[in-house]
Amino acid sequence: MKFDQPAGQNAIDQLKVVGKPIDRIDGPLKTTGQALYAYERHDVQARPAYGYILGSTIAKGRIRRLRTDRARSAPGVLAVVTAENAGTVGKGNFNTAKLLGGPEIQHYHQAVAVVVAETFEQARSAAQLVEVDYVKAKGAFDLAEAKAGAGDPKGGPEQSSTGDFAGAFASAPVTLDETYSTPDQSHAMMEPHATLASWEGDKLTLWTSNQMIAWSKGDIARTFGIPPENVRLDSPYIGGGFGGKLFIRSDAVMAALASKASGRPVKVALQRPLVINNTTHRPATIQRIRIGAARDGRITAIGHESWNGDLEGGSTEVATQQTKLLYAGANRMTSQKLAVLDLPEGNAMRAPGEAPGLMALEIAMDEMAEKLNMDPVEFRVLNDTQVDPEKPERPFSTRQFVACLRTGAERFGWSRRNPTPASVRDGRWLIGLGMAAGFRNNIVMKSGARVRLDGQGVVTVETDMTDIGTGTYTIIAQTAAETLGIPVERVVVKLGDSDFPAAAGSGGQWGANSSTAGVYAACMKLREQIVQTLGYPADASFTGGRVRAGRRNVTLASLASNGPLVAEDFIEFGNLGEKFQQSTFAGHFVEVAVDSFTGETRIRRMLAVCAAGRILNPKTARSQVIGAMTMGVGGALMEELAVDTRHGFFVNHDLAGYEVPVHADIPHQDVIFLDEVDDKSSPMKAKGIGELGLCGVGAAVANAVYNATGVRIRDYPLTLDKYLDRLPAIA
Amino acid sequence: MAGELELSRRGVLMVGGASAALATVSPAEAQTPPPDTAPTQMAVSFEINGADRTLELDTRTTLLDALREHLNLTGTKKGCDHGQCGACTVIVDGQRINSCLSLAVMHEGAKVTTIEGLGTPDDLHPMQAAFIKHDGYQCGYCTPGQICSAVAVLDEIRQGLPSHVSASLTDRPRATNEEMRERMSGNICRCGAYSNIAEAMAEVAGARA
Repeated sequence: MKFDQPAGQNAIDQLKVVGKPIDRIDGPLKTTGQALYAYERHDVQARPAYGYILGSTIAKGRIRRLRTDRARSAPGVLAVVTAENAGTVGKGNFNTAKLLGGPEIQHYHQAVAVVVAETFEQARSAAQLVEVDYVKAKGAFDLAEAKAGAGDPKGGPEQSSTGDFAGAFASAPVTLDETYSTPDQSHAMMEPHATLASWEGDKLTLWTSNQMIAWSKGDIARTFGIPPENVRLDSPYIGGGFGGKLFIRSDAVMAALASKASGRPVKVALQRPLVINNTTHRPATIQRIRIGAARDGRITAIGHESWNGDLEGGSTEVATQQTKLLYAGANRMTSQKLAVLDLPEGNAMRAPGEAPGLMALEIAMDEMAEKLNMDPVEFRVLNDTQVDPEKPERPFSTRQFVACLRTGAERFGWSRRNPTPASVRDGRWLIGLGMAAGFRNNIVMKSGARVRLDGQGVVTVETDMTDIGTGTYTIIAQTAAETLGIPVERVVVKLGDSDFPAAAGSGGQWGANSSTAGVYAACMKLREQIVQTLGYPADASFTGGRVRAGRRNVTLASLASNGPLVAEDFIEFGNLGEKFQQSTFAGHFVEVAVDSFTGETRIRRMLAVCAAGRILNPKTARSQVIGAMTMGVGGALMEELAVDTRHGFFVNHDLAGYEVPVHADIPHQDVIFLDEVDDKSSPMKAKGIGELGLCGVGAAVANAVYNATGVRIRDYPLTLDKYLDRLPAIA
Repeated sequence: MAGELELSRRGVLMVGGASAALATVSPAEAQTPPPDTAPTQMAVSFEINGADRTLELDTRTTLLDALREHLNLTGTKKGCDHGQCGACTVIVDGQRINSCLSLAVMHEGAKVTTIEGLGTPDDLHPMQAAFIKHDGYQCGYCTPGQICSAVAVLDEIRQGLPSHVSASLTDRPRATNEEMRERMSGNICRCGAYSNIAEAMAEVAGARA
């Protein structure tokens, strides 16, 4: 099914099942421990061997000598694989650094060996007996130092310019020119990357934990130089990803090599202390923002520049992305520069670009509102735009940005905010309110599915789409149930197997809208087949488990009594995304209390108001948003990978050192979804929500801390060492 | 003096933080004899979810790996293997513990309850049902640990055990939102379901009160 015209009335609009807050259909398995994750697939391999990865202890250089004889002779050891004996190991399209290092080392904790043994304890012990002699080379590890030498990324300059930014900024009566920084962050998903690998002849199966099955199948084939049809990935349950499992990682490559070398199925999980330096992270940014406005608050000039580092051949963290689209203003510029750093690979983490970009931009907007003596909500409302500011002929498909802000302000009690900082106290606590805009583009991706109707009237949906906690199982079941007129209990959903039709996968908040649209397409194809076979008119209805046309009707089950009916299709998208700017919007509101003695910040209240097209399941969508708000609190107050700029690695590389929010940090959270259908996005009329919930939260917290304390902090995270000495005098 | 201290502290951090640093050839390691002898095996018997089980284990096996790798009880999760995340929480002789920080052979004769022992898809424990109703999970990986902890937390409050946020060490604590959040803080949920978990626990606590 090609989607190249706005969606008309369709089966989804019935909203008998779609749009209902039903419980997750995978809930009973997940809450009882019956859902099997990658390292737990005793259903497919009863007695695998165990692999344990050894990571490089230098950031850059080469291996002079690597000795494995002691490890090989240790009890239970079946094989030791290194670059010396692994054969040709290439690199996937989505990886920047190689997943097996040696002799060249590209980053700290790059995998250099995997030890395979009968038991986990034996493999772990023997891995300590691998002897590696490194030759260190000088590397660049400090973004602030490398910034001056930053240049264009490999694809050419990433910049935009509209009107005369320099002239307008110079002549604006009210201006802001500030620099902000965001640190390196880690996905820190709860399930470490893990893979169980098995070869049968030249065919490789990986039971793994991966967000993008089709991408990763291709990259496994590329890495080993084998045909894609010889590779199968299976990833039915994924213990969190947030972008960290978009691509194959060393667990998959090393498990495959280990299985080949030992002739056994082998499973490998990255030990937690290896995860942060071995895999990808969200790169730190330095961002300069300039805003010029007339005295009435209208923005006349807006400029956003961002610098980040990555390995040679890496990419930019597009922190300027939202600034091209969020606010009006005739004179604009953005620019992205990339420095080469020898830290571990930077790559996508939840809302790449907008998450760190809005952390900076939305503090800048708060500062600008204060300079203009305007309310921060009113300043944003005044600078709303209904068209792409760089290309005014492109309207937004839907844009309820102002409604998000107004609704949020009303529901949160924003009018009670005292605009004078450090003026509200509750005992020892300094109280502050802050808000920020949320913005994230809506991306659509081709997505396929297969549906099978059986003689019991049960419909099975098969697609390689993944559920990383997002609720995919449930919304796909709702989509099939709605389209085929059956209860959701009559739908079985099978996900994550590369033998199923390729789907959009989970990334960039495109998964829910795109994958359900693909399922809708397959279900509509099944309906066509059925109607044609029966000779019913094309407008026959599918309700209550029956196909009906006038006085005629038959049960779906009876149609498959002689064998299942199968239909497969995919959704693909035309150019509606070029004609219309598709984006999602939010207003984030936060109340904080800062201890006037210690500077400790506690979150008291949080509200997000979101406009993101049709909400397919308000229960799972709300969970996406509260989870993202929680991650936003982490980004604002605690999350930072500490860089050792001498040795080139992230020092706090486990869950004790890399602090993320815990229960005590997070109060009750409120989420409001505005009514919206976007007929330009897909037949589902939905958009993404999982990243929107994060975008802007950090700045809302930072602005609330400013309102509470009067101390403006432009370098995340807002740890108390950055402002303790500037807190108001204790009365 | 201060400078030396600083260097030395960082040195400790380097070694402590980077476990793989041990793999480089160092004088200390060169003196370590290779472990060419077979691992020490030991028998352990315990009661897992009401069933008597006896295992012959490498003594280095954690309770977590005994459950996951030897008994196929993979509901208990390995998130960090270092007692930092709580995903491996199980209830041993009535108390919740991080099973990754405990060797299996230390639990001779113990009664262990895992997520599989609390309930099944067809016969859910009230806490499991409340997690489903309130959507107290997303990816599901921390969920068994959260549920085991939640069940134990309500039990600790019922027994009158105070916490860091209890106003008094002697008065009976109540199952307030603040008490539950404090006591659950050893169980990380990166998907960020905390607000919903608190509501699930409040429902179960209220039903019991």
